[in-house]
Amino acid sequence: MIRVNEKSIHYQEGTSINDLVNKFKPAADIFIVNGFPASTDTPVHDGDRCVLIKKGSIPTPDEMDSLLLARHTPGVHTKIKNSVVAILGLGGLGSAVAGAMAKIGVGKLLLSDYDVVEPSNLNRQHYFVDQIGMQKTRALQDNLLRMNPSIHLELIDTVLEESILSHFFSDVDVLIECFDSPAMKAATLRSVLREMEHVSYVGSSGMAGYGSNNSIRTTMISPGIYIVGDEKSEARPGMGLMAPRVGIAAHHMANQALRILLGVEQSRQ
Amino acid sequence: MTITINGKNKTTQDTSTVATLLASLQLAPETVVIELNTKIILPDTYQSTTLSEGDQVEIIRFVGGG
Repeated sequence: MIRVNEKSIHYQEGTSINDLVNKFKPAADIFIVNGFPASTDTPVHDGDRCVLIKKGSIPTPDEMDSLLLARHTPGVHTKIKNSVVAILGLGGLGSAVAGAMAKIGVGKLLLSDYDVVEPSNLNRQHYFVDQIGMQKTRALQDNLLRMNPSIHLELIDTVLEESILSHFFSDVDVLIECFDSPAMKAATLRSVLREMEHVSYVGSSGMAGYGSNNSIRTTMISPGIYIVGDEKSEARPGMGLMAPRVGIAAHHMANQALRILLGVEQSRQ
Repeated sequence: MTITINGKNKTTQDTSTVATLLASLQLAPETVVIELNTKIILPDTYQSTTLSEGDQVEIIRFVGGG
């Protein structure tokens, strides 16, 4: 058997990509075999996974899934797809982290923010001018589903406080703390440590301004508990949050969450 | 008395509480997570929690921005 666009097909000796294209998707002009780009004369072997795509056409959710599967390899894709990640705060960090998580195909994202998109957000946050005034959760939902229609989203517009965090987030695999307020950052870590024993955590502290790239780092506090940032660059007048450095921190966080999901970094349990 | 803060020894007054320790370190209480002898301490007990010789205190500090 071989897989062609995730459908099982009986394998015939001597089959090439060209034969599959003619039979299953004559318009296709991108070919992927076992996760690697291929040409039309590439021979196909029993057990291969072949993905045939037409450049420029909108893939179906199934085809999107096949593309990710091919690109990430099946083992990695399945782990990511079966994961649940919460993102608390949808500002410069959260909106960028959410984009990365959606693009790699995290199965379910919980998106939490009580606020609306404001003009002052647009120097770093991944929203558009025509979304000003929208609830951030809705605006981000629209944007993420345009990136990857296969993901599942749960939107939480509630104003969060320490006492109710565990009610919303106790069942996620990784909680990514992207709040602006240092008090909410501390409250979140306290709640994770005290009340969410199975939840891994990636938090943030210190990414304002335009300081060195390499002073942003990921630090393990204890197994499954990580903080990203330079630990001192506080957002304040004269040192605002700016897209480049917030983006560095956001993608440290996203990669750390991915590493936890894939088991290469320690998780809580 | 001597206590350990984030792995380093520090001499403090015998009457120190978590609150007075944070004040001496110029840390805003609401921006830190405090572990005292591996147990998380809640902010509403910072005033009443007294420190003893040999206590291990871990302070995780957050600055704003996100």
